[in-house]
Amino acid sequence: MAEKVLTMEVVTPERHVLTTDTNGIVVPAHEGYLGVLYNHAPLVTILDTGILRYSLDGKVERMAVCGGFMEVDENKIIILADTAELAEEIDVARAMDSKRRAEDRLRQMGEKVDEARAQASLQRAIARIKASGKE
Amino acid sequence: MAQNTREIRRRIRSVQSTQKITSAMEMVAAAKLRRAQERVVTARPYTAKLHEVLERLFRSDTDFEHPFIEVSEEGKVGYVVISGDSGLAGGYNVNILRFAQRHVDSHDENAAIIALGRKGRDYFRYRGYPLLQEYINIGDLPTYIQAVALAEELTKLYHEGTLREVNLVYNKFITPLRQDPVKIQLLPIAASVDRREGEEEEVEYIFEPSPAGVLDELLPKYVNIEIYQALLEAKASEHGARMTAMGSATDNAEEIIDKLNLSYNRARQTAITTEISEIVGGAEALQGS
Repeated sequence: MAEKVLTMEVVTPERHVLTTDTNGIVVPAHEGYLGVLYNHAPLVTILDTGILRYSLDGKVERMAVCGGFMEVDENKIIILADTAELAEEIDVARAMDSKRRAEDRLRQMGEKVDEARAQASLQRAIARIKASGKE
Repeated sequence: MAQNTREIRRRIRSVQSTQKITSAMEMVAAAKLRRAQERVVTARPYTAKLHEVLERLFRSDTDFEHPFIEVSEEGKVGYVVISGDSGLAGGYNVNILRFAQRHVDSHDENAAIIALGRKGRDYFRYRGYPLLQEYINIGDLPTYIQAVALAEELTKLYHEGTLREVNLVYNKFITPLRQDPVKIQLLPIAASVDRREGEEEEVEYIFEPSPAGVLDELLPKYVNIEIYQALLEAKASEHGARMTAMGSATDNAEEIIDKLNLSYNRARQTAITTEISEIVGGAEALQGS
């Protein structure tokens, strides 16, 4: 098991988030969650908003990612996300707040509400809350 | 003599107040530089990775089709020149503007200038170059939103066929003491990324959802990021240049003050000596009588 490791790098425009070894990851790809294991074929995919799970030696870590894309080649994973936060960095209270706000906005549809934007921010908030593991 | 010492004292005071201003500007620039530098350095890995990914993609044996890649013959060669809004930054503005002008001149009438920053706008306007677009008041910390807005404008010009090429001209931040003027080709993309032919074997990528879908997402992002990076680099360079320029201005002021102090003391000394010798002379004259 130990030798079957991939390296994963997560970078956003604002910062370099994380470089780590992993045995496998699950990412929110464009068409649903997608798993990447050792010796995965070269792949480029667009990412959605959601939770990225990566495991190392049986331990599963989570982080919230939003937008961007991922490249996999020769057991190297590069994730270029618009935003990415590790589980322990997430401000749950803030995420809860923005979730409530997004829901409110969606409820009062009809008035000049940008539905796509409200949906997107709702998705982001949900991903953050879930990734933090404190639901 | 009294006239002379007063004159020198006045000059010392004037230089001192100038020095206060330059040293304050130096400190302000230093603080801004630190923030700007942080942003540049944190944004670099993302840009580098994006380059890496794109390069490998273009090297793979997939056929790509996207308006951003296609080379067109129509339209002008656009130069986006990023300069500062204010002066007092040493050679910062002059260097980049001369550099840009050389590039623009090499295309004769076929170049179009998009000026960012007041200094660049004034420079080209004064020399009679037509400006396609101008943006001033970029602010000290450019935001990603600004970059995206600019990217939209530029890609629009590119799509319309007004421009067949978009180049970014800016000062790349090396150290606070050093900025290098650079020109990078933003659009069309293939030419700029594909320049280095790799010997590595071609990789066949799987694209989710499709090559076109991925490119639709990736290329605009590349344009945004490239502009964002350029804005950040330019701003960090500007603050660096201003800090250095104001630092040496402060030092020069110090030197002038020292020199003036010396001549002030000398003039004062001479005045005292003359006065004493006058008194002595007068006393002796009295004694003699």
